[in-house]
Amino acid sequence: MPDAGAPLLEVNDLRVEFRSGREIVRAVNGATFSVRRGETAAVLGESGSGKSVTAAAIMRLLASPPAHITGGSIRFNGIDVLGTPMSEWRQRCGRELGMVFQDALASLNPVFSVGWQVAEPFRAHGILDTRAALERAEALLGRVGIPEPHARARDYPHQFSGGMRQRVMIAMAIALDPSLLIADEPTTALDVTVQAQIMDLLLDLQRERHMAMVLITHDLGVVAEVADHVAVMYGGRVVESGRVRDVLSRPAHPYTLALLESVPRADLDQQQLNPIVGSPPDMATLPVGCSFHPRCRRASEQCRASSPPGVEVAPGHHAECFHAQAVFDGR
Amino acid sequence: MAAELSIPGPGSAPASKRPPGDAPIFEVRGLVKHFPIGGSLRLRRSTGVIQAVDGVDFALHKGETLGLVGESGCGKSTVARTVMRLEEPSAGEALFHGKDIFRADAAELKLVRRRIQMIFQDPYASLNPRMRVGQIIAEPWVIHADMLPRSQWATRIGELLESVGLLPDHAQRYPHEFSGGQRQRIGIARALALNPEILVCDEPVSALDVSVQAQVVNLLEKIQSKFHIACLFIAHDLSVVRHMSHRIAVMYLGRIVEIGKVEHVYKTPRHPYTKALLSAQPRIDFTSKAVADRIRLQGEVPSPANPPSGCRFRTRCWKAQALCAEQSPPLRAAGPERQVACHFPVEAGDAVAQLAGSPR
Repeated sequence: MPDAGAPLLEVNDLRVEFRSGREIVRAVNGATFSVRRGETAAVLGESGSGKSVTAAAIMRLLASPPAHITGGSIRFNGIDVLGTPMSEWRQRCGRELGMVFQDALASLNPVFSVGWQVAEPFRAHGILDTRAALERAEALLGRVGIPEPHARARDYPHQFSGGMRQRVMIAMAIALDPSLLIADEPTTALDVTVQAQIMDLLLDLQRERHMAMVLITHDLGVVAEVADHVAVMYGGRVVESGRVRDVLSRPAHPYTLALLESVPRADLDQQQLNPIVGSPPDMATLPVGCSFHPRCRRASEQCRASSPPGVEVAPGHHAECFHAQAVFDGR
Repeated sequence: MAAELSIPGPGSAPASKRPPGDAPIFEVRGLVKHFPIGGSLRLRRSTGVIQAVDGVDFALHKGETLGLVGESGCGKSTVARTVMRLEEPSAGEALFHGKDIFRADAAELKLVRRRIQMIFQDPYASLNPRMRVGQIIAEPWVIHADMLPRSQWATRIGELLESVGLLPDHAQRYPHEFSGGQRQRIGIARALALNPEILVCDEPVSALDVSVQAQVVNLLEKIQSKFHIACLFIAHDLSVVRHMSHRIAVMYLGRIVEIGKVEHVYKTPRHPYTKALLSAQPRIDFTSKAVADRIRLQGEVPSPANPPSGCRFRTRCWKAQALCAEQSPPLRAAGPERQVACHFPVEAGDAVAQLAGSPR
């Protein structure tokens, strides 16, 4: 579906630390992935894996202090995101990026009507006057599936259901026709039938506007259904990446494999789940060597001593593991 | 109510997916729970009710797991809370070994609660941060003072911690020293302290990370088969419920719309809502069939303060006809051990594509 060519977004070896007092939390320790125009890349990880911090870094939403970007680069549309001064960045890229957050109630301002809020990007960028902006906002609310948008534009966020609030936030994010939409767990707080509606809406809008999307999620099922590419994060690193079908049907990193084995599958009748031992790492005290080694069935001496290299097990399919080839080959 | 409780030991451990026993040990009939709206102001009369649960019947057999699924607001947690009598029911009865716990007095209720224990969703909120783990697990014995002599507490705490995969030494620690999954294990150990016959699990794994969920699911299964405990398992994650349960009850707006054996309900859902719910669940399945079977429900769940007349699902149902607005369909037998509350249940040959309605 997506055309080839230079990636729209390229995140390369991104590193982010949070410093508070004497403690340093290395939230992202080398995240690398890219997204092409019109394509969906999922960033898959559990809580604390660094996926949301990566998204916030791309949007330049990290407050410093406490956050410090200590390495790596982000290129968007050929622009060096981290090297561009904030004011220039806002002018050049603000319109090109939209973001949808998990918690719509917390992300919308409770004291302004939703119409006013959806119209804000037009006013903020000086594109339209107040009245014209409001009309555009109503059209957008209609597009994202809010019934009676003209009347509903005057309502406040608390008067909407969770699914409808998420639609409002999507309307706001796409208002300026961005070329990239970052969606951070956009459906996690929603019920399954509503989640399906919102995912459909996002995919529709994406096709209609030829928009690229970075989808941050912990849900393997969502990744399998909507993404083209996936970057699996663990301990702040992208440990495996590639086309979704390749990665999920033939993983090369033990973490991805273990994750797939630990979730109950609707399509299989498993007698017993195969859980991953232990819990996700504490990002303030990451293990030496591969950060997955304390939970890994294959961990060997070298995994405990040094960081594993990146291995390309198949074209475009990368995994960071000493045993990647063996995992990939099912050995 | 028999007060002598044998301490279940290993040995009574048949296979995990064993068929449940015959006579139900717990039976809920006509459970109704309505919450008044605005009733707290004395001067103003209550303006209406939230019909959180509106006529629910189910039975639970020894050693059986009944999964209760539905979306938020369908009443599944209210069912759990009322059968524990953490909320007072508005109507109905709940027979535990033939005795109605909704009409039990305080002393009787205390005895019942020994045998029905609950595991909560939030492992952070359900453990007292100021108590050591040992005290948390021993607290049921403080309340039920005749259960276990104090001299045996320490040993039993150690055994319970080991049975949930923790170490006896952990009794000296505080909850904040544990991860979410470990805390959930502590909650399970506390629930087991009184050797219950029934565990009510309200979303026991939904607050946990994906990689940790499986540990707790396996532990619950192990404990259940080892101690032969019946389980009311409430969750919104359909795959987890499928994995854990023998039978499943699907709730929509305060009512059970379909109930039956897990393998039957998942393979051939008869209620349109069950079918839509199952098809909306994102799956790791790269066959094209998965996408073709997709049904997208329109709209959202109506307010339980003002539910639709007749069948409550009709406003979102692609099979709805005039009858559905007039008559509320009762839960009727629809195959072996299967009941469905629908005037026009889904048939095996139904063409999904044409009945799905336009997706948006």
